[in-house]
Amino acid sequence: MTTYIDVSGISKRFTLRHNRSLKELTVAMVRKKDLSDTFLALDDVSFEVKEGESVALLGFNGSGKSTLLKLISGVLRPDTGSVRTRGRVAGLIEVGAGFHPDLTGRENVYLNGAILGMSESQIDAAFDEIVAFSEIERFIDTEVKFYSSGMFLRLAFSVAVHSDPEVFLVDEILAVGDEPFQKKCLARIKELKAEGRTLVIVSHDLDMVARLCERGILLEKGVMTMDDSATKIVESMRG
Amino acid sequence: MNGTRLRSTELARSKGETGELTVPGRSRGLLDVLERRFLLRLIVRKELRVRYRGSALGMAWSYVKPAIQFVVYFVALGVFLQLRDSIPDYAVYLFSGIVVMNFFGEGFSNATRSIVWNAPLINKIYLPRELFPVASLYVSAVHFFPQLVVLLVAAVIGGWQPRPTELLAGLLGFVIVAVLALGLGLLFGAANVYFRDAENFVDLIVMVATWASPVLYTWGRVQQAVPDWLFVVYQLNPLTSAVELFHYAFWYGGTGRPELMPDGYAPIPDHLWAFAGGALGISILVLLIGQTVFRRLEGRFAQEL
Repeated sequence: MTTYIDVSGISKRFTLRHNRSLKELTVAMVRKKDLSDTFLALDDVSFEVKEGESVALLGFNGSGKSTLLKLISGVLRPDTGSVRTRGRVAGLIEVGAGFHPDLTGRENVYLNGAILGMSESQIDAAFDEIVAFSEIERFIDTEVKFYSSGMFLRLAFSVAVHSDPEVFLVDEILAVGDEPFQKKCLARIKELKAEGRTLVIVSHDLDMVARLCERGILLEKGVMTMDDSATKIVESMRG
Repeated sequence: MNGTRLRSTELARSKGETGELTVPGRSRGLLDVLERRFLLRLIVRKELRVRYRGSALGMAWSYVKPAIQFVVYFVALGVFLQLRDSIPDYAVYLFSGIVVMNFFGEGFSNATRSIVWNAPLINKIYLPRELFPVASLYVSAVHFFPQLVVLLVAAVIGGWQPRPTELLAGLLGFVIVAVLALGLGLLFGAANVYFRDAENFVDLIVMVATWASPVLYTWGRVQQAVPDWLFVVYQLNPLTSAVELFHYAFWYGGTGRPELMPDGYAPIPDHLWAFAGGALGISILVLLIGQTVFRRLEGRFAQEL
């Protein structure tokens, strides 16, 4: 089995407060106060994800799940340790991040598709499918600012799941739209899984991730405490 | 079903292509931008679209602003200060310098702000971050071309008959300004993420730049007023070279190419090409420094924004 994500010994520390004005800097220097108030978001985390695996990152708020996803996608760089990935990695880290309200739905599909690494011909080929999946055919040439939040998320999710990467990083996006659409999204994610793509999913919907992923990784205050089947971890989290 | 099969074959194909494990978020800088030209084009189109949203005049604003600026300078300097008596065809002289400075000013200051403006994207998705300054420069080039058209029309009306070397000078001037604006934009754009003072500082540079190059007056006045070594420094400013190259390209050919102007100085400074070569060298050096600093700092962009 080929390794698709290789995370070894990564740590990430954030600075909490930023005092940048000249006055604050001078005051801090005079009082010899250390300005850096830091916080360790991830502490020596290591794991590997093989081809076709689907892994749930579990943990309560502030445990470092989203930071870990950002490190895997390359948005952040680790302070120590290394992250390596194979193939194209698409981060659905926040659906609709690349959307612009003043562009039409159609223009946003192209822009967002290109942001997620698709080529022009790939988007042309997938365009009808993207629109059909989002079920907003009638509004595709309307500016996105006139969309309801549900329509917006549908279109954004639809572009993302059609972006055809080898590795999907999914952060809390399954809370999209109404129940029928959610079911459709889940079905689509299962389809991606069946195609042999590698998935890393963050969600607080424990039942859903337990159904979707075989493997789970539990983070507690930045430390990896369990690497087991998703069902077992969910059980332990519920105490 | 057909769609699914298509995607699977594409997946299989791209698996073959993507052999090795790689470190995510490491780019090859500007080279990666070349590879993502399609995305660059879409970002440029978005910027232009957003810039003129809800405006009735739209792109026409990129004519109106320089036109007004030109009229103000022409009346104040050409008529009131009588510069048009000592500089033949002063209107074209003035405008060929103004278009250079507008291109530089817009490209540089928007490239500086581009990283902070695109913070929501930079925070969430990894893209080669150089895309944003390059897109800003591209947008300012799009605004430059209508102004160039106006300049050409004015030059032709003034009896302009260019020679090939003169046109080449115009092209070289454009390249110098583009490279310099991108280099400075990368440098200050990266710094702006950490200290927002950078963008105010850039506004200052742009304001001073117009007066520190022979846009409104002629080079002879500077040579007359400052010591020789300072005049060399003045000429080493890549923008001075770019402006003179533009004068040579679009203004000189319409003046009848006199030996001396009414103020007693040659219309085009000596060693034009030597200083132009130097200017190109300096601009490329600035671009290399800008790119290096940008790459050094970009690792922390997402957490600082």
